[in-house]
Amino acid sequence: MVKKNWWKILSLLLLIYTVVGGFLMDVPKLFILNETIRNLYFHVSMWFVMMILFGVSVVYSIKYLRGFNLRNDIYAVNYAAVGSFLGILGYTTGTIWANYTWVTDQSQTLGSILKEPKLIGAAIALLIYGAYFVLRGSFTDMDKRARISAVYNIFAFAMLFPSIWIIPRLVGSLHPGAPGSDSGNPALNFKDIDSRLRMVFYPAIIGWTLLAVWIATLKIRIQLLKDKSLLNE
Amino acid sequence: MNKIIVRCSMLIVALLLSIASFAQQQPQMADVMRSNGKIYVVVAVCLTILIGLFIYVFLVDRKISKIEKES
Repeated sequence: MVKKNWWKILSLLLLIYTVVGGFLMDVPKLFILNETIRNLYFHVSMWFVMMILFGVSVVYSIKYLRGFNLRNDIYAVNYAAVGSFLGILGYTTGTIWANYTWVTDQSQTLGSILKEPKLIGAAIALLIYGAYFVLRGSFTDMDKRARISAVYNIFAFAMLFPSIWIIPRLVGSLHPGAPGSDSGNPALNFKDIDSRLRMVFYPAIIGWTLLAVWIATLKIRIQLLKDKSLLNE
Repeated sequence: MNKIIVRCSMLIVALLLSIASFAQQQPQMADVMRSNGKIYVVVAVCLTILIGLFIYVFLVDRKISKIEKES
């Protein structure tokens, strides 16, 4: 039991460390951001884990297309579902953070916030994944649904690259990671991110990832139980 | 029935805790929870939520395992 579930305990320990260390440990003193830099451990991790889960989902979609095993389709859809949920959480936390740093303390206008390429890109990416679930829901035939949504999932994952990684880095943006904020990747650039932040940030990503995978496996197990008769094993 | 007893006792514990927090009207002494702008209170709240969430997910996990064994 413990042997098989060690990663669940590890997830709990890492997240306890994230909360305690994230609130209490020293952070670089920055203008405008102030203490909100601690959001790095929570807001940014949500997006990281979303990308990881979408990556896992697309791998299962490809696996499904190779052998047409419905089990892989169930894996793909549930990883995508938990990933989208984390993306929504990332977006929500981002709006709160932006309200206090961009709008209030940097006195950006609503117009410049709405033009923010990182926000538009992230919204497009999430909407594409939203369409994935709409597409799935519109089929009554299980095999057709699995087949077409697997292909669509690959397209959706491919669209992540331009919408949240490439375009926001090409055009000007308030969000870290854009030209003008002299950093490439907002969270992985070693020149940009302080070593004190990294000490909590990396464990935080691992902890959140394990928790998200745990929740996804629970969803998968429920669906496998439900569809037992269809899986002919 | 068992569940109701557990829930009632948890409620009582929570009520007692809130009474205990009202009773502390002493001059400010070396108190961990009141230092640093009471940031430790935030840590305690977040830890409670986090651990509660984990307990919940763990219970769901156990329930699914049970059903998996049965079927």
